[in-house]
Amino acid sequence: MSILVYIEHAEGAVKKSSLEAVSYGKALSDKLGGGDVVAVALGTIAEGELSKAGTAGASKVLHVNDDKLTAGIIQAHAEAVAQVYMKVGANTLVLAKSSLGDAVAARLAVKLNAGLVSNVVDLPDTSSGYQVKRSIYTGKAFAETTVSTEHKILAVKKNAVDLKTDGAEAAVETIDLSISDASFATNITLTDKATGDILLPEADIVVSGGRGLKGPENWGMIEGLAKELGAATGCSKPVSDIGWRPHHEHVGQTGVKVAPTLYVAVGISGAIQHLAGVNSSKYIVVINKDPEAPFFKAADYGIVGDAFEVLPKLTEAIKAIK
Amino acid sequence: MKILVCITHVPDTTSKIQFTDNNTKFDKNGVQFIIGPYDDYALARAVELKEQLGASLTVLNVGEAETEPTLRKALAIGADDAIRVNAFPKDSLFVANQIAAIAKEQNYDLILMGRESIDFNGGMVHGMVGELLNMPSISPVMKLDIDGDTVKMAREIEGGKEYLEAKLPLIAGCQEPIAEWKIPNMRGIMSARTKPLNVVEPKDDNTATAVVEFKLPPAKGAVKLVDKDNVEELVRLLKNDAKVL
Repeated sequence: MSILVYIEHAEGAVKKSSLEAVSYGKALSDKLGGGDVVAVALGTIAEGELSKAGTAGASKVLHVNDDKLTAGIIQAHAEAVAQVYMKVGANTLVLAKSSLGDAVAARLAVKLNAGLVSNVVDLPDTSSGYQVKRSIYTGKAFAETTVSTEHKILAVKKNAVDLKTDGAEAAVETIDLSISDASFATNITLTDKATGDILLPEADIVVSGGRGLKGPENWGMIEGLAKELGAATGCSKPVSDIGWRPHHEHVGQTGVKVAPTLYVAVGISGAIQHLAGVNSSKYIVVINKDPEAPFFKAADYGIVGDAFEVLPKLTEAIKAIK
Repeated sequence: MKILVCITHVPDTTSKIQFTDNNTKFDKNGVQFIIGPYDDYALARAVELKEQLGASLTVLNVGEAETEPTLRKALAIGADDAIRVNAFPKDSLFVANQIAAIAKEQNYDLILMGRESIDFNGGMVHGMVGELLNMPSISPVMKLDIDGDTVKMAREIEGGKEYLEAKLPLIAGCQEPIAEWKIPNMRGIMSARTKPLNVVEPKDDNTATAVVEFKLPPAKGAVKLVDKDNVEELVRLLKNDAKVL
């Protein structure tokens, strides 16, 4: 049986989280004794870019090259992926957890009569039955979850497996589908998106600022450090609530949950709701002038000091080792 | 115009997460339960729409009797009536089937809920209900306005947002800043006591998944503090020990 991986793309490139999902699919296939790992991409994107899914582990990429699918219309994507899933004769669908991926996966669970597990953090244990570990309580716990259906959908969290980069380029095959007009009933009128930046949920390093930065005019320091580190920038909830930074940069319980290898928190005290958004980070660095800030208890490394003093020095020190 | 808001009954965001019965049950000891924060945003927006459009507003929870105070709070915030499907919410599919069964009878024009529950974080129920009812499902929605039978929304995407339009009926999974949370006033609390709270039995017992064991992440070691005048040491630790630079 084969595994289908739904891959997303933005600005002409396959998203890194989707390539991780391909690597997850490949690792799952290897674990189950082989079988094809087929990636499916919807909408307009260069075939040369799609063939890169091969390096992450796909044996083939199916491209539904229909420009109406370039925008992420949830129902249309769900219908398209369901059709491809049937065509391929897959028994498992893998995708990266994302704004669009979650919405599409839920509809597919009903369409395909498949058990859906979200926030998957590891490969399934198939020694007896089918058991998947997923993150719950916003990263504060895990649930070992059994899936009882024949068809399965796994929405994979960042860093569930290592991104594979040594596969061969995959052949890209264009396929045509007939999607019902009803599935395009939702009309996306405008997309308002920061371009060129590293996307926060996908970033390997994140630098976040809190109220300790004292005002939006001081964000240049955060951005300066982020630039040296190749990092995305985030912020605490109060900072987004008072409008210093846009909501899509808010990291925390009710904002973006991140899972970078390094999270640097500057001038953030570390309320439990903020920690919930960062507790899947591999390493946490906290810079805060208050030695009693609760964030230090969740940190691997810390500096007790004023952000205005420490940040420029740290940025210089990182520049120096390059 | 009929609006349904589905709410979860979840531990307060400051709760210490622990498990009992050989790690098969959530430990409710000392835990305060609340309306799911995302559901609370959905409810707040629904109350505004009710006032603006003269709509009826029903609130629904799939849960055992212990969730009734949470439903009463939703009534105090402004829902007209409540439905409790009398069952433990076994998995997303189970919950979605209960909501869809009731929605099929009641023909709601708009179904709102949080983008995800804060206990299991699945974020799947709105999409499943959408598919079961053959309606558009949009999530995570951060702005929602109704103009005739057209719903104008903003949906958060990675790095920004997209604006979209669809016709009623539809389902939306909501998040901030769709509306400000509403705190019930004394009049609301008094009137909530006499508003109808109907208990119905589940219609369907299908599930696709089951939790067999809960686990906690390993405890974090002590923080390694570096002097503020020696940031080079931090860079060295990140490079050589953590190997993240």
